Amino acid sequence: MPVVEFLQFTLSGVVFGMIYAAIALSLVLIWRGTRLLNYAQGGMAMFTTYVAIEVIYHTGSYWAGFVVALAAGVVLGAVCQLTVIRPTMNKPPLNAVIVTIGLLILLEGLAGIFFGGQYRSFPAAFSITGLRIGTTPLGVSRFDVFVVAAVLVTTLALAAAFKYTSAGLRMRAAAFNATIARLSGIRVARMLTIGWALAGLLGALAGVLVSPSTFLYPNSMDAIFVFGFTAAVIGGLDSPAGAVVGGLLLGIALSYVAGYLGSKGSDLTSLVALGILVVVLMIRPDGLFSATKVRRV
Amino acid sequence: MTMQTLPRRLGVAVVMAVIVGFLSIKLDTFRDYQIAEVAIEVTAVAGLTVLTGLSGQISLGNGAFMAIGGYTTALLLLHLSWPFVAALVVSAAAAAAAGAIVGVAAARLRGPYLAGATLMLGVALPSVAYAWPGVFGGDQGLNVAFTTPAFLGATFPLTRWQAWVSAAVALISLVLLANLCYSRIGRNWRAVRDDEVAAALDGVNVAVTRILAFVVSAVCAGLAGSLLAIVTSLVAPGAFTITLSIALLTAAVIGGLGSLPGALWGSLVIVLVPTYVTDVATSHGLSSSVGSNIPIAAYGVVLILVMLVFPQGIQGGLRRLLTAFTGPDLKTRTWHDTSAAHVTPSADDAPASQHEKEGTS
Repeated sequence: MPVVEFLQFTLSGVVFGMIYAAIALSLVLIWRGTRLLNYAQGGMAMFTTYVAIEVIYHTGSYWAGFVVALAAGVVLGAVCQLTVIRPTMNKPPLNAVIVTIGLLILLEGLAGIFFGGQYRSFPAAFSITGLRIGTTPLGVSRFDVFVVAAVLVTTLALAAAFKYTSAGLRMRAAAFNATIARLSGIRVARMLTIGWALAGLLGALAGVLVSPSTFLYPNSMDAIFVFGFTAAVIGGLDSPAGAVVGGLLLGIALSYVAGYLGSKGSDLTSLVALGILVVVLMIRPDGLFSATKVRRV
Repeated sequence: MTMQTLPRRLGVAVVMAVIVGFLSIKLDTFRDYQIAEVAIEVTAVAGLTVLTGLSGQISLGNGAFMAIGGYTTALLLLHLSWPFVAALVVSAAAAAAAGAIVGVAAARLRGPYLAGATLMLGVALPSVAYAWPGVFGGDQGLNVAFTTPAFLGATFPLTRWQAWVSAAVALISLVLLANLCYSRIGRNWRAVRDDEVAAALDGVNVAVTRILAFVVSAVCAGLAGSLLAIVTSLVAPGAFTITLSIALLTAAVIGGLGSLPGALWGSLVIVLVPTYVTDVATSHGLSSSVGSNIPIAAYGVVLILVMLVFPQGIQGGLRRLLTAFTGPDLKTRTWHDTSAAHVTPSADDAPASQHEKEGTS
């Protein structure tokens, strides 16, 4: 039945789209605060997922691992920002980019040293057998519903915190204009560290959520990061809403390609992602949700 | 100045050719292979350092142009049995065409949006090889037959010949790039990088200038890809992953962005540091999972440290050391230095706005 097939592909696209959205959001958080793309985001997520798998293995509790992974994400984000990113802030911008790439490579090497390089399967919180309405399979499982809900709840909680709390207001001010924020008594440097910590949390969430379907190995988050980055660029790096829309757009489009074109489609997913990215950027060079700006030339 | 620079550059190239020739004869087969590797790397990195350092456009996808060069060479040698030099030229032309297309798209994009688009290009292009395995050999790739010419005799080691060919192409590319950088085209690149409006007011065609930089860097990457095909005797998608593209940018920045000698330092770091650390790790008898991952971790640490200790890259650090001993030489051309001043935010603490204006991340 074409309608059911279409629905299945759409729903599974939404699930992956939410994971891309989580990575995209973490990139947007850091970009808005520091004008820096964090290429280590995927590596950080991979590392915290390894921490989770070790905790699950030793305690036998999925939720202990889940919580520890998120906490590890917060700590890792803050530590990375304080140790290696902050010293680059008064240097040429590409230096910070190379430092994040160095961080990515370092984390992948450390993961190999501490946890071994072999593929490891990661447990899911809920059943991964497909849900059905009557006898019609929906193409998504109970765990997929949890994935979407978890990203959605985290995103909305962050959005509410940014909008309604005074800490959120300080962070927005620091991202909007660092100098004026500092003159108003906001500790901008601390706000940037908090931004990295929150980005680490989102990345850790994405890692724990995606790993049941990809296996875990030191490079396992690379592809997820690339699609998350693409989603953020499609949406516009300054826009959290754009990150979510970009993630969903990309996830659903890639799901159709893989679904309708079969094995040929899975070879073509990255080409299709490139196509979408190019089309969007040709029409809107700063992403879908960019504020209209005067071009310099 | 213009009277002396060409002979001087040719002189430096000849001296380096003699050094490479000497080393390749003195050292063993594995070192010859490494010489070829460095030569390939430096060809691609030199093109990228011109693109990013001089014209101010970032590319995280130059590995894609290397793939185009490599596959073009492999197909021409395999099906048409062309001589390598002809295949090399056509590979460079194919990469140039691809560079022009990418350049046209890139001319509209800035900073992270260009980084995202080129990153996706670097990820997507190798998957073409999987999608059409009949033409490109899929995962296995294509084998490339390359032998030493008859006049060198039957006993001449193939790796030495590969090192010579690679080094020759690298040195010729470097001399041509050096001339290009100091020509009107090079000045236009720097003018567009520093201020598009001012450059346009001075009659520089901004779009064409930016596209040309992409074409030049694509030609360099295409040459490098072609060399990689004959040195490794294989082109496969696994050789042109995004890791390669990122390593190229890393080498350019580590060496000193916009500097051709810097491209050489960066390439040496990229090629030699992992091998060196592996040797040390194996000689200390570390277990395989630790031993094989320590070089990766150490490489990451080196990248971070170089960027924190030498903000202008290795070449910038060397230049600083030199001026510390001799005092500033006012006659020295300073366009690398102006590029450094350009991308360094002012002392006051407004990194956000400054970075946004530069937008090279």
